[in-house]
Amino acid sequence: MQFFSGLFGSYWADVQLVVWTLIKIVAIVLPLMICVAYLTLAERKVIGFMQVRIGPNRVGYWGLLQPLADGLKLLFKEIILPTASNKTLFFIGPILAIAPAFAAWAVVPFDATLVLANIDAGLLYILAMTSVAVYGVIIAGWASNSKYAFLGSLRSAAQIVSYEIAMGFTLVGVLMCANSLNLGKIVMGQEGGFWHWYFLPLFPLFVVYFISAVAETNRAPFDVAEGESEIVAGFHVEYSGMAFAVFFLAEYANMILVSMLAVLMFLGGWLSPVPFLPDSILWLLVKVAFMLFLFLWFRATFPRYRYDQIMRLGWKVFIPITLVWIIVVAAMMQTQWAYLFH
Amino acid sequence: MLNTIKNTLGSLMLWEMLKGMALTGRYFFARKITIQYPEERTPQSNRFRGLHALRRYPNGEERCIACKLCEAVCPALAITIESEQRDDGTRRTTRYDIDLTKCIFCGFCEESCPVDSIVETRIFDYHGEKRGDLVYTKQMLLEVGDKYEAQIAADRAQDKVYR
Repeated sequence: MQFFSGLFGSYWADVQLVVWTLIKIVAIVLPLMICVAYLTLAERKVIGFMQVRIGPNRVGYWGLLQPLADGLKLLFKEIILPTASNKTLFFIGPILAIAPAFAAWAVVPFDATLVLANIDAGLLYILAMTSVAVYGVIIAGWASNSKYAFLGSLRSAAQIVSYEIAMGFTLVGVLMCANSLNLGKIVMGQEGGFWHWYFLPLFPLFVVYFISAVAETNRAPFDVAEGESEIVAGFHVEYSGMAFAVFFLAEYANMILVSMLAVLMFLGGWLSPVPFLPDSILWLLVKVAFMLFLFLWFRATFPRYRYDQIMRLGWKVFIPITLVWIIVVAAMMQTQWAYLFH
Repeated sequence: MLNTIKNTLGSLMLWEMLKGMALTGRYFFARKITIQYPEERTPQSNRFRGLHALRRYPNGEERCIACKLCEAVCPALAITIESEQRDDGTRRTTRYDIDLTKCIFCGFCEESCPVDSIVETRIFDYHGEKRGDLVYTKQMLLEVGDKYEAQIAADRAQDKVYR
């Protein structure tokens, strides 16, 4: 320690800060990666169960080592580089897909004090980060120089951009209730039992948010970007091995992220549903797990939307609904029932 | 007009979505029908058409008389037969190959055989490790027949009344 402080001299405080921040980043990203890995297993199990099958159960007890086996397999596979592809962009694509999915976690509060960066524009930061993620998909589809990949990325881009509007509007509703962009303050605004959580007064927005979130993450029934019956695998059709795995990780990390956001903004984050039980990060995990289960449940239940239906739902249904409800909320806030929204 | 309002409200309530989710939700808890293959197996019919075998009579003489009906009837042209006269004057096969990669397991060879020589057994999990491993020769088919004769005979006996 003495040696290091001598080595860095007056920069020692800065170095300490950087190292400490790096440790905190690892402490967030590592459990997140494990969650992503086991989410893939959970998905196969849940969908299997809903199809009256039992899902993977050969690798390890109850299939618990399956994600490791999958990861190892993909790690040892060759990454095939299409000759006609743009080599640089081909590799930037997956990186650009996964980096924002992880970067957004910087401002996510896990507890009243447990947050990497407690910034006031947290929600704005997350919106910005999730919007950047679409570039990964577009670049991957374009750099592959394949018609299926290109069509997939076009679809994905249009879909994400459309649903982001509806999603942004639902968040406006939350902002009006919470009077803050700081995720921690948004959660604290919902204190005092589940009847104070925002999903009750903002129920239509909550539903629209969650459906938009499913569309944003390109999950079934909105997975036309990789609709295998039409365009093989969409934007990642040319990717193999670890490059493909990175897209896979990004998709699941995004799923966890939007579930986390739904929980923070509508379901009271780490707050306990009843006042006599203590608030805890466990509540947060349970709620997020439930939202993720909904993702898998949707996938097991609904057939894929047609592409024009997706666009119709986004532009002609969700955006009007959210706009109307925002006006309703804004009007109500000026009346004697304003207390409902705080 | 009224119907339009009703339909719009109905779709906004996501009622049909919830019904669909209730269905899959029920199946989530339903008893699973998976068969854990190598340990558990589904019941097989005695008419199961799997790997082929050539049978012998109880005295050890092979049944096949090289009539080539199976070769003629085979729709996939998977059977190749060559024959010649043996010293005791009977006609026997010198070559009886079945290319199992061509075979479609229709069972016509078995049906056409006048002496119940070529039969299909219950074995379905066999494999070849290199090209050509799945071209079964006369010797291999006879070995299969010798090994599983008890089962083959029992299956034929069970089916006798229907033939």
